[in-house]
Amino acid sequence: MSEEKPKIAFYWAASCGCCEIAILDLDEAVLDVAAKADIVFWPVAIDTKYKDIEAMPDNGIDVTFFNGGIRNSEAVHLAKLLRKKSKFLVSFGTCAHCGGVPALANLKTKDQILERVYKTTPSTVNPEEIYPQTSFKVDEGEITLPELLDGVYPLDNVVPVDYYLPGCPPPKKWILAGVTAFLTGELPPKGSIIAEEFALCKECPREKPEKHSIKEFKRTWEVMNIDFEKCLLDQGIICLGPATRAGCEARCITTNYPCRGCMGPAPGIIDMGAKMVSVLGSILEEKDETKMEQIIDEIPDLAGTFYEFTAGKSVFLRRKN
Amino acid sequence: MSSEETNGFNPTIIGFYCRWCTHAAADLAGTSRIPVSANVIGIRVPCSGRVDPSFIYDAFTKGADGVFIGGCHYGDCHYEDGNYSAFKRTKMLQKVIKEFGIEPERVRIEWISASEANKYKKTLDEFTETIRELGPLNWDKHLQERDYEKSV
Repeated sequence: MSEEKPKIAFYWAASCGCCEIAILDLDEAVLDVAAKADIVFWPVAIDTKYKDIEAMPDNGIDVTFFNGGIRNSEAVHLAKLLRKKSKFLVSFGTCAHCGGVPALANLKTKDQILERVYKTTPSTVNPEEIYPQTSFKVDEGEITLPELLDGVYPLDNVVPVDYYLPGCPPPKKWILAGVTAFLTGELPPKGSIIAEEFALCKECPREKPEKHSIKEFKRTWEVMNIDFEKCLLDQGIICLGPATRAGCEARCITTNYPCRGCMGPAPGIIDMGAKMVSVLGSILEEKDETKMEQIIDEIPDLAGTFYEFTAGKSVFLRRKN
Repeated sequence: MSSEETNGFNPTIIGFYCRWCTHAAADLAGTSRIPVSANVIGIRVPCSGRVDPSFIYDAFTKGADGVFIGGCHYGDCHYEDGNYSAFKRTKMLQKVIKEFGIEPERVRIEWISASEANKYKKTLDEFTETIRELGPLNWDKHLQERDYEKSV
């Protein structure tokens, strides 16, 4: 390593901020990183301006960790800017990888969202129908806001991404594995997803039978005496484990909460929703047509469950009308 | 298909036919010289249970306006319960695609045995008419229209 410390940048787009907390959660390891690298840009923690980044030479930043999906024109600008200024761009967390929870908005159109938020929510009083504008003239001049896009997009839709660190937030061990890889220079092939290469069920400690069969679907609170050892699917709880990439060490499942797919689709799966439809279709036992329809109709919010974290990576991408 | 009755729109429909029943029915319709809707592109699959929902996603995103699945009647499945799985998947899929603004009627599943060439014709003609009324889906174009390409 040269005498100059590597430069690291962090940026957040449409995300909740827990990816930043995940970095701080590295505990004393974050001090090692800080000792070995210079953090040049991190809006949540240090005071740097966009123009500081614009003034940097191209490829001036060694690694940029970008979390959050692309929701508005500001994020598009920053994604393109940071791509230009960085040698490596890492998609950090589910939102940058698959759209994350914000991408559930892709199940509604932009107009439907604006109407709901600014007009029809019970707590909204907006008789003049005032909607947010991208620019507004005041005495002091013109003030502007970024424009909302028609959907939430994963980072790699907008700019090429070198590595992915999935998870909501990414598990500590994979962040450390990623950061260590950069500091030591032993990098995996470009485009790698830094997590396991199999589905979560393989990693999950619960007992799984040879053949699953369920009679009905239940919501988590409807299962009173939950079995701590048995597979959640077998107890009637929809768990996205079969379609999700492993690497989180089943952190939700071990606390009796079913997997919701934050690590993104498992290798070979192009769409979480399609795969989960396939999984549940084969393990639901019922063979009477009307009963089958009834059971399926009773599942609340199928699309919202299947795409809780991955609507931005879904094949249909976003609602049409 | 005469062009005056198509109303200017000729839908593209992908049909997945179980090789043990609907595919044989299609074959029978052919040898019996029964005219069938020319809008349906048939694909032979080993069983209706082989139709993974991602095939249907693929069909829609590559320009199909409707997807038809033909399987065996209950109890007739060559693999015991493939058609039950297909039914459950289709019903769930219809609920999922509705959330994306795709009409659930664009996916249809029907049981057609090897001897039911007439039912095959009737179902496909009916389905073509349904899709024609719904209009083009154009999901391939929808995927290309993305706001971020316009801004900045």
